[in-house]
Amino acid sequence: MMEQVQKGEITSVKTEYPRIRLMKEMLQRLLENKLAVVGGVFTILLIFLALFPGVVATHSHTEQDYSAVLVPPSAAHWFGTDELGRDLFSRVIYGATTSLKAGLISVGIALGIGLPIGMLSGYFRGVWDEFLIMRITDAMLSFPPLVLALTLVAVFGAGLENAMIAIGLVLTPSFMRLIRGEVLAHREKEYVEAARASGLPSWRILFIHILPNTIAPIIVQATLAIAAAIITEASLSYLGLGTQPPTPSWGSMLSTGQGYLEQAPWLGLFPGLFIFITVLSINLFGDGIRDMFDSKLK
Amino acid sequence: MSIKHEKEPEILLEVRDLQKHFKKGGNAIKAVDGISFQVKRGETLGIVGESGCGKSTMGRVILQLLKPTEGEVWFEGNDISKFSNTQLRKLRKDIQIIFQDPFGSLNQRMTVGAMLREIVRFHSIVPKAEELRFIQDLLRKVGLNANHYWSYPHKFSGGQRQRISIARALAVEPKLIICDEAVSALDVSVQAQILNLLKKLKREFGLTYIFISHDLSVVKHISDRVGVMYLGKMVELAGKKEIYNNPLHPYTKALFSAIPDISGKEKATIQVLKGDIPSPLNIPSGCHFHTRCPNAIAECKVNVPKFRDMSDNHYVSCDVVRNDNLVLEGSR
Repeated sequence: MMEQVQKGEITSVKTEYPRIRLMKEMLQRLLENKLAVVGGVFTILLIFLALFPGVVATHSHTEQDYSAVLVPPSAAHWFGTDELGRDLFSRVIYGATTSLKAGLISVGIALGIGLPIGMLSGYFRGVWDEFLIMRITDAMLSFPPLVLALTLVAVFGAGLENAMIAIGLVLTPSFMRLIRGEVLAHREKEYVEAARASGLPSWRILFIHILPNTIAPIIVQATLAIAAAIITEASLSYLGLGTQPPTPSWGSMLSTGQGYLEQAPWLGLFPGLFIFITVLSINLFGDGIRDMFDSKLK
Repeated sequence: MSIKHEKEPEILLEVRDLQKHFKKGGNAIKAVDGISFQVKRGETLGIVGESGCGKSTMGRVILQLLKPTEGEVWFEGNDISKFSNTQLRKLRKDIQIIFQDPFGSLNQRMTVGAMLREIVRFHSIVPKAEELRFIQDLLRKVGLNANHYWSYPHKFSGGQRQRISIARALAVEPKLIICDEAVSALDVSVQAQILNLLKKLKREFGLTYIFISHDLSVVKHISDRVGVMYLGKMVELAGKKEIYNNPLHPYTKALFSAIPDISGKEKATIQVLKGDIPSPLNIPSGCHFHTRCPNAIAECKVNVPKFRDMSDNHYVSCDVVRNDNLVLEGSR
């Protein structure tokens, strides 16, 4: 049965370990995408800020200085000071922790609930899918997201933790919908039928075959959702239901800045700029990750 | 059941009154509506019919990818339509399928090796240490290169992908392979390569094929026996030579008269059927074919024709057809 080995054939895993080669290829694809690299660098910087705000901050983020209220940006206070004389630069830096935490954890919650339920619902269909899960998501999606989040926070009580849970729950139905739809589209494809014809069990088909094929839109949706979650957290904080003072959050700072747009525009400008940069770089990075997984793009 | 003679090849698969109906609103689409036949070990049974006649559905029902509405599928002495999911999973080792679409039937995100290795490992075909060599051997046998183990499907042409599909079917060392329009999506020159590969592999591995196609010349090339389907029914089943030279059922006659003749002679009779194929949602009463049949008589509207043996395993599902053709056969 053994046939002759032809020249140049790789017949041992040791000769060239394929997984490493593939990862190299994927990384190369990511690095070729300039925008994704920029997005990635900013995302990593932001994560660093969120983890170690004390290293970068020049002042205490809570210390008030009534002799220097609403000072414009200067060498001493790079982003100026707020209405209580706190150094805005330091507050923005500390705010990164809150915002990124809110974004990541609430999207984590949404994915953690939405992904498995959406996949099972789409793959197994049936009464559960049609009459329970889809109707619940319909009901949840019919509320404006912020109103729903507000209601949930009102029930749970104010605070960052509860705000994150509420945002996570609000984001869940859109993930469930998306994932269910993707699985629904893929379960009828011939490669899935072939996997079933090979006798592979359902969980393997779902997680090894279907999931990697549906990951691209999920990643895009997740990066958009992180951005949305950061903004929702900001809104909740603005309404006094999210981050509680004196903990800084970009959202609460932005809303404070709204009242001082004419006297001290920097109060709104810098937190707003950081929200903008964060959301943009996460989106760009997400796009890059999606393309990296796409083996067809090479 | 007929008595088995010593020399007669063993029956590998037997389908008895197989039905598959899909519910749609209050109606049922009768995709497969009562089909019975046998497949002997080592033969190639071709199934032809126009699109929508239920041939692909039949393939999937035989494989138990779709549960039959009625009827039985016997494989090596077991009624597999009654199998549990666990039993079916083991059965997948014995019956495999090759799909039509060479692009859709491979997972884009898995290398060829990973795809084959998963199946080989799941069914414990060879010990782990030999997996790589086993799969690379397999790739060479279907005319690919061992290095293709590391490649993604998008790097391959349609014909090469179909070779990968064949390798996937062969990986579990099956006894029966259902080829569902396996070459229909390929160029004619590539079709021939794949058909010859299938023939070669059949000899090498002692396979049995059910070859489903709408292409009469492809079926003629590869089959030992040919079955013709019309609207969920098998209308005629006979040995290849017999059915191509002496079609009995009026549908088969019309179908085969449409094959172009390269001799250049004017064809004496090209039968053109009137009307369109009826919707499977609204199947005619009695004989499914009576609305278009040139020989139809009043009884055809009422009586469901029996699938009867006209002579020497030439089955026809028509009550009107007589053995007259057999007399003509002698004078031809």
